[in-house]
Amino acid sequence: MPPKEIRLLSTSAILGYGFPEASLAAGMARKPDMIGVDGGSVDPGPHYLGVGKPFCSPIAIRRDLRLMLHAAIGAGIPLVIGTCGGAGGAPHLDLVAAMAREIAREDGLHFKMALIQSEQDKASIKRRIAAGGIHPLAHQPDLTDAVVDRSTRIVGMMGPEPFMEALDNGAQVVLAGRSSDPAPWAAACIRAGLPPAPAWYAGKMLECGATPSIPKGHDCLFVTVREDHMECEPTNPARRCTPLSIANHSLHENSSPIHHIEPGGMLDTSGCRFDAVSDRAVRISGMTWTPASQYTVKLEGVELAGYRAICVAGTRDPLLIGRLDSFLDSVRAEVATKAAAFGAAPDTYKLGFRVYGRDGVMAAREPVRDAVPHEVGFVIEVVGQQSQEMASAVLGVARANMLHTDFPGRLCREGNMAFPFSPSDIEVGPVYRFSVYHVADVADPREMFPIEYEMV
Amino acid sequence: MALIRDAARVCKSKNAGPFELTIDVVFDDAAIFEKVKATGVLCPALFARLYSVPEEHVLFTPYDAAFAFKATFPRLVPAGEFGDTDVYGCQQHAPLLDVDLPI
Repeated sequence: MPPKEIRLLSTSAILGYGFPEASLAAGMARKPDMIGVDGGSVDPGPHYLGVGKPFCSPIAIRRDLRLMLHAAIGAGIPLVIGTCGGAGGAPHLDLVAAMAREIAREDGLHFKMALIQSEQDKASIKRRIAAGGIHPLAHQPDLTDAVVDRSTRIVGMMGPEPFMEALDNGAQVVLAGRSSDPAPWAAACIRAGLPPAPAWYAGKMLECGATPSIPKGHDCLFVTVREDHMECEPTNPARRCTPLSIANHSLHENSSPIHHIEPGGMLDTSGCRFDAVSDRAVRISGMTWTPASQYTVKLEGVELAGYRAICVAGTRDPLLIGRLDSFLDSVRAEVATKAAAFGAAPDTYKLGFRVYGRDGVMAAREPVRDAVPHEVGFVIEVVGQQSQEMASAVLGVARANMLHTDFPGRLCREGNMAFPFSPSDIEVGPVYRFSVYHVADVADPREMFPIEYEMV
Repeated sequence: MALIRDAARVCKSKNAGPFELTIDVVFDDAAIFEKVKATGVLCPALFARLYSVPEEHVLFTPYDAAFAFKATFPRLVPAGEFGDTDVYGCQQHAPLLDVDLPI
């Protein structure tokens, strides 16, 4: 009997980041058993989960999806995409599912499609809280009914099991809500009879496309997984994987480089070996998997924090730069008085001055405190609780007072700020904050993730 | 003596979830990695000092297989919260660049 193996092709780091068509063609020529891509990330922040929109443009997502649908349907293999639409909520999954149907209709493609939902209804989360089955992550407070009620949207992060069920039921295109990034790939490996350790590790490589190669870029990665190792190779001849580029990737976005907590257990990479099998392919072996005593599903949720308006400005005046803090204090006091006069009490909004050239990137952690820049840039920011209109009104006062507030020794009596744009003020819209970052104990890894099937 | 900016292959920061920041310093090969490790300069106390966090909040892990050191600690502000300056957390590495390694 030949050794068990599965051949997997990931097209990019995120659906919508793009990849060269030639790289997909080169990958397909190697006859993969499945293609896929990660559809999202929590990294772009809480906004996208809250507002229900993707962080890549629908135009870019559609371009990648069309090429991948043609490749998979043409070759008769599954196409699997986790965390659809960037954040994996119901509107995100709906967006990508609608795109898949449209592309199929336009291009005459036919397939069985599975949609795996990950958005959680509030009543079910509250039942889990009552049963003591929700635990905080990253030093967050315990989850309460009040926080659940305030949350705009809550998703659960699925492991491989829902993907396995969808593939077992014959779906050729599997689109999923929020998923652990390696889960779709781990699912394919485990279904092929491979052990969880190489299955999860392969997923960790594939979820970022060609990111573990050099030069790093958004491109395709081909991974062949066997019983006790895998081989990684980018399909674009301009890139290559080296033992160091692969080893470095295990550091990516994890709190520990050796202990990777996943929904059903922990991947341990401390004993990994990285061996070059050619000048552009690397064999990885030695990873281990420890099943968890309790299967847990991570929950991510966000709540509305208000409405933001911003203004970008700069100053080139050394007299102002020399006394910036007291100037900003004066502006803040003016804004408090004037905004209160039209109904924005100080406790209904937050006013921020981000000072680029001083500590705009590192804020309180900026160690360089004695430099005197010749110019500084500002992002003046208001987050108001009441409405966009009120946030914009407060920002308008802040902008006008940044421009006109006097300061001792002032020579630039026509104005303190250079505005690069007209209009100077930008309405950013609703602002969300993370409210739920917890795990839920589950008896069945599939119980939070209903699957619907349709013929497209 | 060598500054990290000259001695390291990689020095980078990134979110590890919305509430934590993780920093990686990676060296070219086992020889330099072991020399750096032996100096003891890269340690929880260094990150505590550079990033104003209590030392007990720093998870510090040398990773021999990648010739790397990783430190993970809480973000100043959760990603995307009012006052956050770096939503992806990928520009918080600079204070390390000028750390001097006695190698």
